[in-house]
Amino acid sequence: MKIIVCIKQVPDTKGGVKFNPDGTLNRAAMLTIMNPDDKAGLEAALRLKDQYGAEVTVLTMGLPKATDVLLEAIAMGADKGVLVTDRVLGGADTWATSTTIAGAIRNMEYDLIITGRQAIDGDTAQVGPQISEHLGIPVISYAQKIEVEGDSVIVERQYDDRYHVVKAQMPCLITALGELNAPRYMTPGGIFNAVKNQADLITVWGRADLKDVDDNDLGLKGSPTQIAKASDKVRKGAGEKVTLDPAESVDYIIGKLKEKHVI
Amino acid sequence: MDFTLSKEHEMCRELFRSFAQNEVKPLAQEVDETENFPRETVEKMGKLGFLGIPIPKEYGGQGADILTYVMCVEELSKVCGTTGVIVSAHTSLCADPILTFGTEEQKQKYLPDLATGRKLGAFGLTEPGAGTDAQGQQTKAVLDGEEWVLNGSKCFITNGKEADVYIIIAVTGLIEKRGKMQKEISSFIVEKGTPGFSFGTKEKKMGIRGSSTYELIFQDCRIPKDALLGKKGEGFKIAMHTLDGGRIGIAAQALGLAEGALENTISYTQERKQFGRSISAFQNTQFQLADMATKAEAAKLLVYKAAKTKDQYQLDHKTSYSVEAAMAKLYAAEAAMEITTKAVQLHGGYGYTREYDVERMMRDAKITEIYEGTSEVQRMVISANILK
Repeated sequence: MKIIVCIKQVPDTKGGVKFNPDGTLNRAAMLTIMNPDDKAGLEAALRLKDQYGAEVTVLTMGLPKATDVLLEAIAMGADKGVLVTDRVLGGADTWATSTTIAGAIRNMEYDLIITGRQAIDGDTAQVGPQISEHLGIPVISYAQKIEVEGDSVIVERQYDDRYHVVKAQMPCLITALGELNAPRYMTPGGIFNAVKNQADLITVWGRADLKDVDDNDLGLKGSPTQIAKASDKVRKGAGEKVTLDPAESVDYIIGKLKEKHVI
Repeated sequence: MDFTLSKEHEMCRELFRSFAQNEVKPLAQEVDETENFPRETVEKMGKLGFLGIPIPKEYGGQGADILTYVMCVEELSKVCGTTGVIVSAHTSLCADPILTFGTEEQKQKYLPDLATGRKLGAFGLTEPGAGTDAQGQQTKAVLDGEEWVLNGSKCFITNGKEADVYIIIAVTGLIEKRGKMQKEISSFIVEKGTPGFSFGTKEKKMGIRGSSTYELIFQDCRIPKDALLGKKGEGFKIAMHTLDGGRIGIAAQALGLAEGALENTISYTQERKQFGRSISAFQNTQFQLADMATKAEAAKLLVYKAAKTKDQYQLDHKTSYSVEAAMAKLYAAEAAMEITTKAVQLHGGYGYTREYDVERMMRDAKITEIYEGTSEVQRMVISANILK
């Protein structure tokens, strides 16, 4: 089985988010990590590899520095990595990004593609399903459990209050939830292997290597999304604590809801 | 001279830091209070290869270097001195002498299990009457046909009851050296479960309380003839060589304790308010922190230099790292004691309570000035080198 896992290097939002004056993310000023949902997707692929045997290739699009997440993935157990990087790909929204990644994947053999549900820097959850549309394969999003049966995958697809069990024939694409699993750590030997053999393990592709894509669908030029404004998450206040008996509580809560014009 | 870490070392540090924060730190206080050996953590470390970092891949290890191993002990010790010394004693005092002095059969037999944590290692040199005076050994090994028969006891053995493989130093006879009769000392590999090998009392310690420190007792303990490590009579050389490496591990433990206490104190002094200001706004606090940070950095440079020197030995089997190891351990241990003591002082009354990690760190730091060669022994090693 050949599995491609799409991963993204994202700012570590635990340390706070920093913006450029034009409202775009100041990535250079922030520590970076592998996007948590993508890491869960990678762990799912590595477990399938442990269980059934598979070749796991990690794919990322980004600046050359994004090589770091490929090295991390290989140090965790992935077999090889592909970095798609080119100046003309910069400024891509989800449409241009999924077009680019699909263009790269058209060069590769695969049975299964796993992406994270969404990235913590954009929170769109669009790229995974869009890749499947570009490639014309089924997608199962929000996977909380993945199993393989013959040439199909059986996935628990999470909803707010339930889950569906969905079966799809491979090749297909799955988007993984962060809570799917607890990703494994790298190993020291894995790190030394990844860094020492980086040139053999990581392939770098540019625009010219993308298959069946139109220049008008790439980079900033190919991005229909216009960002009007970006902001850090607004922190909730500490709240108000009151101690009342049950009857008083009802009046108090109704009063507050009226005050805020909720009811 | 290049002080920057390589990409692989940076990544390994991140790995060790992440593991220490997520898996080790949450248990550190409980391990100290209950004196329970952190078996689950050791199992996790075994699976991740932390117990075989400098062991070559052909023996099941990670094939990384001594600097990586040192960073592992350092990061673990930042949050838990007990966990740091478990890795250090296992790697430096058991796996390393087998790798350095073992026959190919011994390496094949023991290293894959040690490197992957299926078995834990320990080292027995110290006896009730033979601490710094290692020549005062009383434990004897007598060859009887195809077996050695061990009799005697060892004390203060780290990983004591938890280990599976032990390097044991024992007297195998008398030899004449420079006209004087001296004890001939040899080293052996002894497995847990061998009839005649039992455990005595568990030590109740001031610090590193989760580490299993036991007396080992040998009563007509018969081990195979080929359990001899190195040649007969090489035991003292093997023990001293092993301790040179062990000192780098303990120096890394001391460095971690110092850095951990410093990090905690930086945060605390910024949060703690007195007279309407954070106490970090007072110049006394600032100067204390500056001194602590400078000493921790100096310790780090000495420890990393010793690690790099041993790395050179791993390549050429010639380079001596004895003095570098002694300097690193001497300085890092004394820096750890001083920094953890200042950390407690800067935490005030809270620092004296078990609610705050610095209380444990100060108790853990003390042993680094004592075991694997006291600070006085390190000064003897260093002065003997500069006065020769």
